[in-house]
Amino acid sequence: MEILMAAVTGAIFGAGLYLMVRRSLVRLIFGLILMGHAANLAIFTVGGLVRDRAPVIPQGSDGISGAFADPLPQALILTAIVIGFGVQAFAIVLLERAARAAGTDDLDRMTTTDRT
Amino acid sequence: MKEILLILPLLLPLITAVMLLALRRNPDRQRRLSAASAFLQLAAALMLAALVWRHGVCATTAGGWRAPFGIAIAADLFAASMVVVGGVIFLAVCLYSLGAIGRERETYGYHPLLHTLMLGVNGAFITGDIFNLYVWFEVMLISSFVLAALGGKREQLEGAVKYVALNLLSSTVFLIACGILYGVAGTLNMADLAVTLPGTQRPELIPVAAVLFVVAFGIKAGAFPLFFWLPASYHTLPSPVAALFAGLLTKVGVYSMVRVFTLVFIQDTALTHGLIAVMAVFTMAVGVLGAAAQYDFRRLLSFHIISQIGYMILALGLYTPAALAGGIFYILHHIVVKSNLFLIAGITRRYQGSYDLRRLGGFYADRWWLAVLFIVPAFSLAGLPPLSGFWAKFAVVRAALEARYFVAAGVAIAVGLLTLFSMTKVWSEVFWKPQPAAAAADGSGGKPKQDGPGIAWMVVPVALLAAVTLGIGFFPEPLYRYSLRAAGQLMDRAEYIRAVLEAAP
Repeated sequence: MEILMAAVTGAIFGAGLYLMVRRSLVRLIFGLILMGHAANLAIFTVGGLVRDRAPVIPQGSDGISGAFADPLPQALILTAIVIGFGVQAFAIVLLERAARAAGTDDLDRMTTTDRT
Repeated sequence: MKEILLILPLLLPLITAVMLLALRRNPDRQRRLSAASAFLQLAAALMLAALVWRHGVCATTAGGWRAPFGIAIAADLFAASMVVVGGVIFLAVCLYSLGAIGRERETYGYHPLLHTLMLGVNGAFITGDIFNLYVWFEVMLISSFVLAALGGKREQLEGAVKYVALNLLSSTVFLIACGILYGVAGTLNMADLAVTLPGTQRPELIPVAAVLFVVAFGIKAGAFPLFFWLPASYHTLPSPVAALFAGLLTKVGVYSMVRVFTLVFIQDTALTHGLIAVMAVFTMAVGVLGAAAQYDFRRLLSFHIISQIGYMILALGLYTPAALAGGIFYILHHIVVKSNLFLIAGITRRYQGSYDLRRLGGFYADRWWLAVLFIVPAFSLAGLPPLSGFWAKFAVVRAALEARYFVAAGVAIAVGLLTLFSMTKVWSEVFWKPQPAAAAADGSGGKPKQDGPGIAWMVVPVALLAAVTLGIGFFPEPLYRYSLRAAGQLMDRAEYIRAVLEAAP
């Protein structure tokens, strides 16, 4: 299962990076969103994949023995999703405004700031 | 009392931002509240630094949980000094904004955004938890994104696109690194990580996480080869915002790098710190060479940010107490100087309507006081004695020689000379030569604005920061002693770890 998740995460990272290095602004934002998702999946996988073992201490015992589904990576991902959602929403609006102001969505033509 | 002082750097900007939002229909009150709150924040920061100086590392945890379960907030001498110098810059920028920022930006929430930005910056300085550091970075970034885009001119939006895209990428890398670190160690509290990481079951993943952190913080700090967003965006911002970003935001990246690579990742210093030292040498050289070709005042200054970042991370790469002390001294001096130069560029633009060195001129004849105010930070940046930059460079170069990094020391000295060349170029173009007749005549280059009521608000903070630079330059001893003790705390991690893990909730 870990290997499958690793492959999926890698594929999403690859797709995100490919989109980011294209010249269109729309692809740039989709690339950033995909990279964010891939990062969340990576955290989820690295925290350890465990089935059917809730992190609940049974009545009468002091702790959980053996592997259990760690809730902390999920909390991290939840935080990251919320932050990512806000930031990406802002980025989409910004890119739309930038494309309108520049009259193009081609990153290679957005070079006003690079001239000396 | 201790806990209150620790969280005041977070509480004050948060409360102020909320109050400023409530006052959004009343710009005059907003301005007064914003400046008053900046004074309070500086005072609170100074009290925190005094507390840490007297009692050692201070820590507390949130939510009534003990560390490592509750999120730790901790201030050692390094963190406290960063909060103080951040407070100084923030005060200067708030005062400067009173003269430089127009009504339009104010009605779109300029002042509250400044305060939420400081909330993120202070949070990044005093958090003791690495995922919490990510969250503070995001607080800082989203405020800076909006500040960068506020105004909506084509150039500014293009700069903002580059700034936002690369910083989002850096956040993603940071997030993955946090995830891997949790997978390896099962904790994200930095003090706890320092304890548990050596005994981990999967030590082969530690260098992976370490290098990911180098990349994430390297993008934020503007280190070679990850700096390209910086000179493409900083010169498009309004001057007080550019000064705040140039002075503080890249240094938050440097600060986090120093924190993580002195507290958590010190297992394989040959790899990680060696890599950082190599990056540092290239950062210094590439930054200063890039600046030589520039004729836009603020683009030139942006490239100098990069080259100066090189000195700071070189100090981290050397990883000796003397080097870290020099690095801390360097960061503190540099934040003051660099912000001041950006503020001065804003004043020249106010008078002559341009940032183009070729179109500016004649300030020495017309306004000699501005030339004097420019000389102080400019020559301090280049490292001329007796200004603050000389002592900072001296400390870092001496540490490099002691650690037998001769190439790095040589590059550092050569970069200092090239910085001097750049600064004399600005001096002769902007201050010495008469303003070109064509630029003075046509409307865009030269409608000289009169000394309106706003200009005093812009000059006072510049003079204040220049005075700080001179003060550090003539009396470097107290600050260097402080830096040495702060570096001692970074090298000997026991005090920080004990303070965090035994902090009362």
